Amino acid sequence: MEILEDIPGRKLLLLGNEAITRGALEAGIDVATTYPGTPSSEIADTFSMIAKNATNKNINPSFYFEYSTNEKVALEVAAAASLCGLRSLTCMKHVGLNVASDAFMTYMYIGCKGGHIIVSADDPSCHSSQNEQDNRYYAIFASSPMLEPSTPQEAKEMTRLGFNISEELKSPILLRTTTRLNHIRGPVEINKLKEPRHKGHFEKDPMLVTTPAVARVRHAELLNMLKKAQEISEKSPFNFIINVGKPDLWGIVTSGVSFNYVKEIAEDLRLNVRILKLGMTHPLPKKMCENFIKSCKNIVIVEELEPILENQFKAIAHDIGSNVKIYGKSTGHFSRLYEYNTYIVADAFSKIFNVKNPFYKPVETKIKLPSRPPILCPGCPHRATYYAAKKAKPKDVVYPTDIGCYTLGRYKPLEMADLLLCMGSNAGTACGLAIATDQKIISFMGDSTFFHAAIPAIIDAAHHNHDLVITILDNRTTAMTGHQPHPGTDFDGMGRKAKRILVEDVVKGCGIDHIEVVDPNKIKETTEAFKRALEFKGPAVIVSKSPCILLENRNKIKRGEDIFIYEIDQQKCKKCKICIAQFGCPSFYYGKDGSIFIDAQQCNGCGNCASICPFDAISPKEAIK
Amino acid sequence: MKAKTSIVLTGVGGQGVITAANILGKAAVKAGLNVYVSEIHGMAQRGGTVNCTVRIGDVTGALVANGTADVIISTEPIETLRYIKYSNKNTKIITDITPVIPFTVSVGMEEYPDLEKIFEELKKYGTLYKIDAVKIAKEAGSILTKNTVMLGALSGIDILPIKQEILLETILENIPEKYKEINKKAFEGGLKAIGKH
Repeated sequence: MEILEDIPGRKLLLLGNEAITRGALEAGIDVATTYPGTPSSEIADTFSMIAKNATNKNINPSFYFEYSTNEKVALEVAAAASLCGLRSLTCMKHVGLNVASDAFMTYMYIGCKGGHIIVSADDPSCHSSQNEQDNRYYAIFASSPMLEPSTPQEAKEMTRLGFNISEELKSPILLRTTTRLNHIRGPVEINKLKEPRHKGHFEKDPMLVTTPAVARVRHAELLNMLKKAQEISEKSPFNFIINVGKPDLWGIVTSGVSFNYVKEIAEDLRLNVRILKLGMTHPLPKKMCENFIKSCKNIVIVEELEPILENQFKAIAHDIGSNVKIYGKSTGHFSRLYEYNTYIVADAFSKIFNVKNPFYKPVETKIKLPSRPPILCPGCPHRATYYAAKKAKPKDVVYPTDIGCYTLGRYKPLEMADLLLCMGSNAGTACGLAIATDQKIISFMGDSTFFHAAIPAIIDAAHHNHDLVITILDNRTTAMTGHQPHPGTDFDGMGRKAKRILVEDVVKGCGIDHIEVVDPNKIKETTEAFKRALEFKGPAVIVSKSPCILLENRNKIKRGEDIFIYEIDQQKCKKCKICIAQFGCPSFYYGKDGSIFIDAQQCNGCGNCASICPFDAISPKEAIK
Repeated sequence: MKAKTSIVLTGVGGQGVITAANILGKAAVKAGLNVYVSEIHGMAQRGGTVNCTVRIGDVTGALVANGTADVIISTEPIETLRYIKYSNKNTKIITDITPVIPFTVSVGMEEYPDLEKIFEELKKYGTLYKIDAVKIAKEAGSILTKNTVMLGALSGIDILPIKQEILLETILENIPEKYKEINKKAFEGGLKAIGKH
């Protein structure tokens, strides 16, 4: 595997996420934990791939890795390992840190022993997220040191050297990334891999028990740590100044991927500026910032999302009595919304520096292009569950949904996703809806989501006897983020055998009395189960079990089993359109004369269309391998 | 401005667009050039619109600004037009001619525009090269080599700062032995097709 190459100085083309994993390997990572989430997933998936490969060859992987039940558990597992002196890394998407924040806020009070890097992958523009929160606030909120890489090369180096910073400060540190770092490939010069330590030792210390008396002492220590961190920040090679042209009294301050756009545009526009590039953004190198402010009459601050550097620079300027003019979000030149690019930066610079934007205005076509919204795959068992639930009660039902493939239930013709907040929210909001309205409630979530965050809400439903139906779509994988295992699978992230936790057993343990386990591919029976659940007065849970079709077909191919593609007998078809307009499998299409066909390229052979066709017109055609 | 080459690759999920972008990146590293590649992962596992960018040379970022693509290379006609904001009059536009009908069209919610109109429109924004990559890929031995056909075509328009041999070598290094021969054919097919323009 390329990622394990050990020829120092060699350049590899790595994804930002892979570069983070590589950096951890070069630092001798002992324990890595995660809950998968785009855009962070490939950091953990790379650890998993290396570990599985080792497991398959009966070699002890040099580190421990797990896909934890959720981000809070992931952080707690790694925190404990770090307190035993091991080097740890925990990665998650930005909203994952909300889940882990309870642990994170107090973990910062007690600090760590072995270096611990917490990676937050933010998602400006919400490419695959429910919000675009700026997790740099978490560094300030929790008093955590923070590094922000601009390129895969820097991501690797910040991870590798971040462990040293973490150990020097005895504090976990936040590595804050964004989608355009996580999902960008760039050349990365590698260093030597380092052997991990494998086992540490837990030294008992009453100061690790955060009673109020301990917490009061620890908070003061935390603030002292930040002072030390500021000294590190002052000397950090990740904070530096570059000159473009012949700098006069103009300065630009930037961090993260924005630096890439700033540098290129400043050169293209032939500006005469000094650029302060901040890589360690919390705490700021205050003296460096003061000197930079003193050397400028005008400063432009370029940062995606929130005005975090901007507000701090204004405060520093005020404290030193500087009259420097600061351009940024408050002057209306930059937006608090969405990710930036070279065009956006050039546009703002053209106004600030009074130069011509070198780029063409984007052209637009007047031709209306059909959209390609994300959809449930052909053959997805979730579609069958949705269809069966709709058959049980077609109208006046509210469908709370959750994070995962089932957000795609929002689209036509199903339109069965009405309310979504966060991981697990389907069950909690279902409880609220049950008490607030007389409408029927059928909520949906996946199995990984169930384990992650929905169990407390199901207990709430059971305890208060809320009248609702909760559906758990159990496809035995974390599908949307790339098929990672979870507590319901019989193997773990290192490819080892693992105890499979059955969803229905947990639901029973939560106090739910009406539980039905169904196979959604038996659509009629599933509809009957939904009818019974709706009639039941109180909380009912349907566990709909069928593996993700993509995984299932992959396994069928491995086992040498046939996959049958379905076709429509045009003699029997009465064009009732149930298959295409109600069930809505994307492998169906209309021919020019209005006849309906199945695209053999897309059909995954689930056969559910055959079972819903009232005229028996659909049947398996041929086997594909 | 300094020496930069900006390439936009588009298509539909499953057509090998991300793979092609990564191959270009690896070939650039092999040629000793600086390179950044961006990929956007949509939410669905299949069938969505895909957009990658590759920038080679004196660049610091992977994103291509509006109107600055040297090449737009696409495995599907409407996906070419969807990303036309990247083009300027000097942009070379290489597109496959075979539509992949979106689900929204097949169920009758939206319409797929007339193909000739799409090509006429594309001609307004740059130099258009139409490639029947599906046919060439099938002739080479597998429809799955379509992205290799497109890379062959790309190497034939004299814009890449990477030598043809290095690009082909990189493609072949990144696929299993048994598919090497058909990919070589596919690459040459794409190269030949672009030569006819």
